[in-house]
Amino acid sequence: MTMTSVTSAPTIPPPPPIEPEPARPRLSGRIRANRPYPGWFYLPAAIIYTILFLVPTVASFYFSLTRWTLFDVEFIGFQNFIQFFQEPMLVQGFTNTFVYAAITSGAKVVIGLALAVLLTSEIVGRGYLRAVVFFPVLVSTIGVGFTFKVLMDPFDGLINQTLAVFGIEGPGWLTDPSLALISVALVDIWKGVGLATLIFMAGIVAIPREYYEAAKVDGAGGWRNFWSITVPLVRPATNTVIILSLIGGLRSFDLIWAMTRGGPGFTSDVIASVIYKQYQAGFYGLSTAGNVILFLVVTAIILPLFIWLNRREVEL
Amino acid sequence: MKRSRIARIGGGVLAIAVSVVVFLVPFAFILLTAGKTRQDAALLDFSWPEQFAFVENFLAVVQARDYILITAFVNSFVLTVASVAIMVTLAAMVGWVLQRRISRWNGLINFIVLSGLIIPPAVVPTVWVMQGLGLFKTLPGLTLIEVAFGLSFCVLLFRAFVSTIPRELDEAALLDGAGPIRLFFQVVFPLLRSVIVTVVVVQVVVVFNDFTNPLYFLPGDENATVQLTLYNFQGQFSTEWNLLFMDILLITIPPLVMYIFFNRQIVAGLTAGAVKG
Repeated sequence: MTMTSVTSAPTIPPPPPIEPEPARPRLSGRIRANRPYPGWFYLPAAIIYTILFLVPTVASFYFSLTRWTLFDVEFIGFQNFIQFFQEPMLVQGFTNTFVYAAITSGAKVVIGLALAVLLTSEIVGRGYLRAVVFFPVLVSTIGVGFTFKVLMDPFDGLINQTLAVFGIEGPGWLTDPSLALISVALVDIWKGVGLATLIFMAGIVAIPREYYEAAKVDGAGGWRNFWSITVPLVRPATNTVIILSLIGGLRSFDLIWAMTRGGPGFTSDVIASVIYKQYQAGFYGLSTAGNVILFLVVTAIILPLFIWLNRREVEL
Repeated sequence: MKRSRIARIGGGVLAIAVSVVVFLVPFAFILLTAGKTRQDAALLDFSWPEQFAFVENFLAVVQARDYILITAFVNSFVLTVASVAIMVTLAAMVGWVLQRRISRWNGLINFIVLSGLIIPPAVVPTVWVMQGLGLFKTLPGLTLIEVAFGLSFCVLLFRAFVSTIPRELDEAALLDGAGPIRLFFQVVFPLLRSVIVTVVVVQVVVVFNDFTNPLYFLPGDENATVQLTLYNFQGQFSTEWNLLFMDILLITIPPLVMYIFFNRQIVAGLTAGAVKG
């Protein structure tokens, strides 16, 4: 949720060039222009950020190569990484991370766009609908997780009891090993789709009405409008939603922890929950290796995607 | 014309019906279960409470484990106020200078700011650094952690907003003899008001709802924050569902209040950057 403006960075126009002023003797134009904007304004933020974020990030590369306990550090080369990709439970967490991120971000794009089209049309109860779709974004993730854990209970849960009324035997949403990860992903979509909808709505509202009017003159229907006008022109919003929900999905931890703790077995573990479990068990080196792997996964996916999406944007 | 109106109303009614089932029923479930007696709640069904125990449950939740919820609310409150205040001030300074100052380092600084949004924090090395500084398991330590992890988002919003403030204002203040500090705090800071409100509201919700960072960096009962109190009612063998849902209800109220009062700012903050100007 905090990462909304990832794609905004390149969109901000560079500062306008400073008007050339008659240079005073012994002061170059740039120094003079920069004088009211002292570099030490960076300092307090830079200190906190460096010590608590950059240093640990850099240190993680070293510690991931060690056997690290509370008491001592022993260099063991790539042993942790080898272990990570040999133990089935850890490999499962690795692949689950991709599945989870793909499902949640794909669904958020599709459902979010559909809801945004609906909520920007002249529909009855629009204000209420907007509020109700967005509100879960603001609610505690753990609270949502616990609530759905109860609703998804295989016997007493509201979902399966409702299905039973229609004669359908509901699955064990969180107890079936092949389904647990998907169920958590569904709740993630439920909670996060409001943010995607909001971003898409902002994109749709920014499309000039003239396009739709011109299309109307040409006799285009609603479906055609959607594919030929809305979809191409909300592209920046689509990119933001994809990037944001992928970052969130790849790193996601709290919802999974609240609902399944990675279970049953380790079928719904992801890298982030593996990191926590190894940390709790005292395998600090292995846990940190998990962190490095997560770092590499996120960077390897987000960075090329970011560049590619932004290039496509320019071509349009 | 008439057909489209019918479609509009019909579509709206259908959408409202679906939204009630999908979005309101879970919240109604929280509310109803929070008002049930223990045996009633243990059935986990979606029903009207046989007997209302709202007040009893409220008192039980507050008193549970020696008033830990009060401690947690105080901790969360202090954490949220302190970290958001620091974050906003420091990020505004960075955003302003980053947008205004001409330097060949700008590219690198932008890159570092962006990486703060993308890179997942390395958990154990962070604990290691905090232990070295004596900040591990302390509220000030967690406060600084929230600041460090939240800075990037704030800097991006501030930088984008500063670009809409004309430079002439800076120059006018300089001609009046203001130094950089006075210029920033007396001239620029007030101009940033609307984006400050947005950043504050968004970050308050984020920090208040944060679960992962307190879990890692502030373990221990005496330091509980509100999100961690939810685990109080999940016993090893039995769960007191009515109290759990009462607790969920109580910690949902602060974000709800924020939402009601600052709906517009939250929306502005979260959609920033989605639309090209």
